[in-house]
Amino acid sequence: MSPAIRPSHSAGGSRLRRLAARVGGLGYPQWRWRPTRTVVAAAAAGTLALALTACGGDDDSSSGSTTLTVLAASSLTNAFNELEGTYEDQHSDVDVKLSYDSSSILAEQVTSGAPADVLATADPITMKTVTDAGDTDGQPTIFARNTMVIVTPSDNPAGIQNIGDLTDASVAVCVPEAPCGNATKQLLQLNNIDLKPATEEDNVSSVLTKVTSGEVDAGFVYVTDAQAAGSDVQTIQIPHSAEVVNDYPIAVIADSDHSGEAQDWIDLVMSQEGQDTLAKFGFQTVS
Amino acid sequence: MSRTLERSAAQAPPAAVGRVPLLILIPAFGALAVLLLPLIGLFVRAPWSDLVEHLTSTGVTTALRLSLTTATISMVVCLILGTPLAWLLARVDFRGRQFVRALVTVPLVLPPVVGGIALLTTFGRAGVLGKPIYEAFGYQVTFTTTAVVIAQTFVALPFLVLAVEGALRSTDRRYDEVAASLGASRWWTFVRVTLPLAGPGIISGAVLAWARALGEFGATITFAGNFEGTTRTMPLEVYNTYQTDASGAIVVSLLLLAVSVGVLAALRERWISGVSA
Repeated sequence: MSPAIRPSHSAGGSRLRRLAARVGGLGYPQWRWRPTRTVVAAAAAGTLALALTACGGDDDSSSGSTTLTVLAASSLTNAFNELEGTYEDQHSDVDVKLSYDSSSILAEQVTSGAPADVLATADPITMKTVTDAGDTDGQPTIFARNTMVIVTPSDNPAGIQNIGDLTDASVAVCVPEAPCGNATKQLLQLNNIDLKPATEEDNVSSVLTKVTSGEVDAGFVYVTDAQAAGSDVQTIQIPHSAEVVNDYPIAVIADSDHSGEAQDWIDLVMSQEGQDTLAKFGFQTVS
Repeated sequence: MSRTLERSAAQAPPAAVGRVPLLILIPAFGALAVLLLPLIGLFVRAPWSDLVEHLTSTGVTTALRLSLTTATISMVVCLILGTPLAWLLARVDFRGRQFVRALVTVPLVLPPVVGGIALLTTFGRAGVLGKPIYEAFGYQVTFTTTAVVIAQTFVALPFLVLAVEGALRSTDRRYDEVAASLGASRWWTFVRVTLPLAGPGIISGAVLAWARALGEFGATITFAGNFEGTTRTMPLEVYNTYQTDASGAIVVSLLLLAVSVGVLAALRERWISGVSA
């Protein structure tokens, strides 16, 4: 490759310009700038440094505190958010990071090696996939129970009065792989309803959103979700709902770096204070 | 003057791999690695022994049929709507042309799920346009296959418009003028002169739009919902399967990859040979 043609002096006069010309390759005519090797090397080094800083570990903040990562089913959002405050008051050097999603997605993440410390799912079936893979420390503990209800938008546009009215309405349910979907399927069987849902959402929070935004006539959610939505929804009881109870297990994830703090979180959830918080949001307690 | 240039060109050393500078080669191989390694990983982890069982399950075949149908319909809609728009942008100098062209590229840079939410707020049952339609006709477009087509068209249209506009810009206007001077009507010129000249560009734009529509996920799952047979396209099927069966998801991913690559490769040879896409 022939080098860029550069005159031995720049067209302007000042020494600074000449220095810039030599380092930066600003030749004549100035608008045909070709970077010298120096400039290219500096740019490459700068980019590399920037990339490396981004890759640097960020698990501990500069104050030296620990981060506890808790993966929890979507239905636990409000309860665990409140417990986060309680926990951080009791353990001032721990920062709790909560991640909510469908239990089956979270279980899949843990078995794929996601870096987390605690897992709380909405039924034992999803937790079993994780314990079978050997990714939990010890046996999971049941810490809460939940049952399902039907919710409609607050103005109930389709006039749903009971589960039988659902066959002509557009209904949102969870995917069968998720705990809420599995419970919905059982309830429909118990009530002899053959329902064709309009959509199957990944997690129960999405079902609730579809109802509150008015996109569907009704949805199957947990008692806790209906309570959290308050006046945004009308709640309809499902016959036999007491027979379909979701037990919520919680466990420390194997190979967690913070198993002590993780166990503290579980202890908090099982304590009177934790159980009172869960009950406040509509869960059935275990102690 | 030109003979001097020709001679120096003839004397220039032939390009050979050994003479490509490392500063080019290393990042280029890096780029190749970024593109190829994930695909290689997919192949390596695929459960080859269970392949047929996964591929013939009803969920997968239904999703595949739905994906292929909706992607093709979306491509046709993009062609019908996008080609005239591209012609406008390429051939007519109107006020606000720059703005319109920028508007066309918005779905390209918009995250697909944002596109889905935008569609929902407009065409959803409680949406700006959806609400009056629902109250007047009782028709709701969300959770139907039509919604899938709308979502796919929204994300694929820019690809087609930009490709066709590029093709139209590069065709020589003089042919149109010659046709006009020989007495051809404007419509006849458009159909028999302009379109065939821009043909390869239009086809590559259509193929790109088809491929983009096939792979659409965020807008589909948000706007159209997720139900087997009606709205669960292949990407949604992959996402659903992954929640409980990671190896099954890999198989479906490979299928999607094979379909996309197969169509792109096949079309490229026959229809757009000699034209860079």
